[in-house]
Amino acid sequence: MNEKTDVIIIGAGPVGLFAIFELGLLNISCHVIDNLDKPGGQCAELYPEKPIYDIPSRVNITGQELTNDLLAQAKPFKPVYHLSQQVEKISKLESDDWLVETNFNKKIQAKCIVIAAGAGSFVARKIPLDNISDIEDKKILYAVRNKSQFQDKDLLIVGGGDSALDWTNELSKISNVTLIHRRKEFKAAPDSVSKMLKLEKDKKINFSLGQIKEVENLQNGKIKVVVKNEDIIKEHEVDFLLPFFGLKMELGPISTWGLNLDENLIKVDTEKFETSIPSIFAIGDINTYPGKLKLILSGFHEAALMAQKCFKYCYPDKKNIFRYTTSSKDLQKKLKAI
Amino acid sequence: MKIFVTDREGNKYTLEGDSGDTLMEVIRDNSLDIEAACGGCCACATCHVYIEDEWLEKLSARDDDEESMLDQAFDVKNTSRLSCQISLTDDLDGLKLELATE
Repeated sequence: MNEKTDVIIIGAGPVGLFAIFELGLLNISCHVIDNLDKPGGQCAELYPEKPIYDIPSRVNITGQELTNDLLAQAKPFKPVYHLSQQVEKISKLESDDWLVETNFNKKIQAKCIVIAAGAGSFVARKIPLDNISDIEDKKILYAVRNKSQFQDKDLLIVGGGDSALDWTNELSKISNVTLIHRRKEFKAAPDSVSKMLKLEKDKKINFSLGQIKEVENLQNGKIKVVVKNEDIIKEHEVDFLLPFFGLKMELGPISTWGLNLDENLIKVDTEKFETSIPSIFAIGDINTYPGKLKLILSGFHEAALMAQKCFKYCYPDKKNIFRYTTSSKDLQKKLKAI
Repeated sequence: MKIFVTDREGNKYTLEGDSGDTLMEVIRDNSLDIEAACGGCCACATCHVYIEDEWLEKLSARDDDEESMLDQAFDVKNTSRLSCQISLTDDLDGLKLELATE
């Protein structure tokens, strides 16, 4: 059985989170899907500690504080979050509902879809070399899903952040690990760094300075990784290459849904923020219209207007009476304020 | 002031910038292919450029934030900078740079 809700929001960034609130005030329930393992989108992933100065009434607020407050504001409406997964496919059911399917095979049915996906999904940043697509996800792995395949193998891990160091420390127990990083300083948690340095001192792992220059698939089933440091070139023959260069954003499957796009942005009208496909909306950084400003506050405004139109799809026979949270007992009850 | 940019295909452009603009803004607003995903807060590494040698010493050194973000870039060189971290000043008139691999 498919899970059922009124609206599916794609993207749990600030605009997606505020959409829960605006829809909730109109008695519209939501499920929210995001590829990251936590809500907040760019605010939580890229700049959790950095201040934002243009959220109305907040003189300054960090990305993480904004996320926390928006989560708290949305909470009374009991949104259901589906994290660490990406929407792969949408289709129309006979009942006229949308069916949304994720890469984890989750199927959710809803009357409307709201795309609040910012600059797209966060995905691993790949090595920009032309000749490696055949071995990517086979011998070049950007994430670790199955540790046992590394048992007694030669691994080259690249990077200086938490992922690179955590996996170096962990996989050193079962594999022959070499860590490569472009400098001696590491951005990872100090505890992971000291663990790694101890492993290196005890000769449990190798560490060398350098950057990937070339990768070649060898006949013997191994891969050759050419690493350059200043002018010194070193070749490593290994079973697996695990590069951890952080995350980047890409539009992903959304571009195949038949929506009218303008350079990877979704075209919407400025009355309802609806896309070229009725009952699919796009709000926040992912949409475009004449005069669009990519600001969080624009996304908040778009969420409020989108919700008005969603109401018509969700409750076609009901009248939507416009109310203020300050004066409406009904709204305050929903917000648990009284 | 003028900024001279060479893109990844070797095409050359002369861009017009103003004192106080960041280098990333000048490149982006001239529609050259630079992603600048985070919008200029030094939280990604998608505005990576190589500054021509003779101009390097005119720039203030990379700070810790920029150095850390460069860990996520590919093919980092001594001349690598994140262009969002460079504010234009009058003495940078004529600056030459190359866009780095994405």
